Amino acid sequence: MRDVAVIGIGCTKFGEKWGSSFRDIFVEAGTLALEDARMSGEKIDAMYVGNMSAGRFIGQEHIGALIADYAGMASRHIPSTRVEAACASGGLAFRQAVIAVASGMEDIVVAAGVEKMTDVGSDESTDTLTGAADREWEGFMGATFPGLYAMIAQDYIHKYHMTREQLAQVAVKNHYNGARNPIAQFQSEITLDTVMKSTMVAEPLRLFDCSPVTDGAAAVIVAPLDRAKEFTDTPIKVLATAQASDSIALHDRRDISTLDATVAAGQRAFAMAHLSQKDIDMVEVHDCFSIAEICAIEDLGFCKKGTAGKFTADGETAIGGKIPVNTSGGLKACGHPVGATGIKQVYEIVQQLRGEAGKRQVDGAKIGMTHNVGGTGATVAVHILGRV
Amino acid sequence: MTVARFWRHLPQRYNMVGTKCEKCGRHFFPPRTFCPDCRRAGKIVEHKFTGSGTVVTFTVIHTAAEQYSMLTPYVLAIVKLDEGPQITTQVVMDPTKAKIGMKVKSVFRRIVTDGESGIIHYGTKFVPVE
Repeated sequence: MRDVAVIGIGCTKFGEKWGSSFRDIFVEAGTLALEDARMSGEKIDAMYVGNMSAGRFIGQEHIGALIADYAGMASRHIPSTRVEAACASGGLAFRQAVIAVASGMEDIVVAAGVEKMTDVGSDESTDTLTGAADREWEGFMGATFPGLYAMIAQDYIHKYHMTREQLAQVAVKNHYNGARNPIAQFQSEITLDTVMKSTMVAEPLRLFDCSPVTDGAAAVIVAPLDRAKEFTDTPIKVLATAQASDSIALHDRRDISTLDATVAAGQRAFAMAHLSQKDIDMVEVHDCFSIAEICAIEDLGFCKKGTAGKFTADGETAIGGKIPVNTSGGLKACGHPVGATGIKQVYEIVQQLRGEAGKRQVDGAKIGMTHNVGGTGATVAVHILGRV
Repeated sequence: MTVARFWRHLPQRYNMVGTKCEKCGRHFFPPRTFCPDCRRAGKIVEHKFTGSGTVVTFTVIHTAAEQYSMLTPYVLAIVKLDEGPQITTQVVMDPTKAKIGMKVKSVFRRIVTDGESGIIHYGTKFVPVE
């Protein structure tokens, strides 16, 4: 296999983009990535696009071709492929692009992610997202996505006695980081009180434990490491790509509050990179709900099972802590355009490794990790990236 | 949900008819036609569940999908059936009294209605065992 590097990155501002269409936002992200790599679209050999549900959100399928077309590449007839794994679609698109380059099949490949969620009302977007779980045996029984993660939280609190305040600190920390990220949907800090007094959604999860509905797109360009210097002075090497799956329904898991697919993908990634947790300078984890970040940092091995609440409340996951988590603001504050999230995580880590993260910069960042989850843990993608 | 999609699962939804693997004895609800442990060597047969179980974890849903919103707040739980499998279901009870470890049994209930003139979908919910 060939070594692979990220040579260009682009991302739209995340938010409720009433004035922009699905096409507008992926063209914007792709253009930013090409400019960043100082290249024209003619050099692109292939594209992979992460998208969960354009079919439900805007009534449009066949996204691979649509994106290639509006990116101005219809006449070049390049292969363009949509990748879907619910909220992990972006992470899987990145993985497919890396595999395509590593294999030698393609040279310059775009991995993009896009979701336009606000063209439907909130009832329809809620229902669409339920399709990431088991529609027949979870959704039909009255389960919502916050409801499923709330059951993870109840199980976790019952077993490990985390306090409600410790859980809320995840959101407080992520909003602090989001307030320092120019692309974040929410750019204001919040207090513990904001979380604790927000509307109850599914006990014990409140509104400020939940990631929002977001429009956004992100794109990164990967190339063989030995060609990377043609396009950038600061190539970022892909040190590991890993993916794992588990039962579609939460009720079929071995342990309700451990995401075994996260454990498996994390272990595979560390093995591939010949690295361990202490080597990672910062990690972007999939905090679709506050409890998801708690489980993620334990299941990836950054702290022992049952201790992530205290670890977070002690500031160890803040910038300057032992392992900064979600310097972008995470899904909670940066926003969660589902198909774009996995690519945005790579975008953030690349910025950190280049030293371009501004007020969020982790000092001396050399190696970073991304963790992208589909559904309640039925698909997980983990990547490790490093400075060359 | 269309009539056919619902109707084909009536035995499961109304009477908790699942399956079990006769080779290893593992039970499945919702039913599986392939045993993950014995794989093709397994022998899958129908099994009617007793409907008796224990709450493994639960939440109280305050913000529901549109069709379920008239039920809020309601208890959504993962119940471990006595035969082994775990399922996601509602427990019909005072939400302030819900507890992990609670014994529950199945009851036949209306699950959801497709609007004012649409189909009424029935199925299984649970109630606490006194």
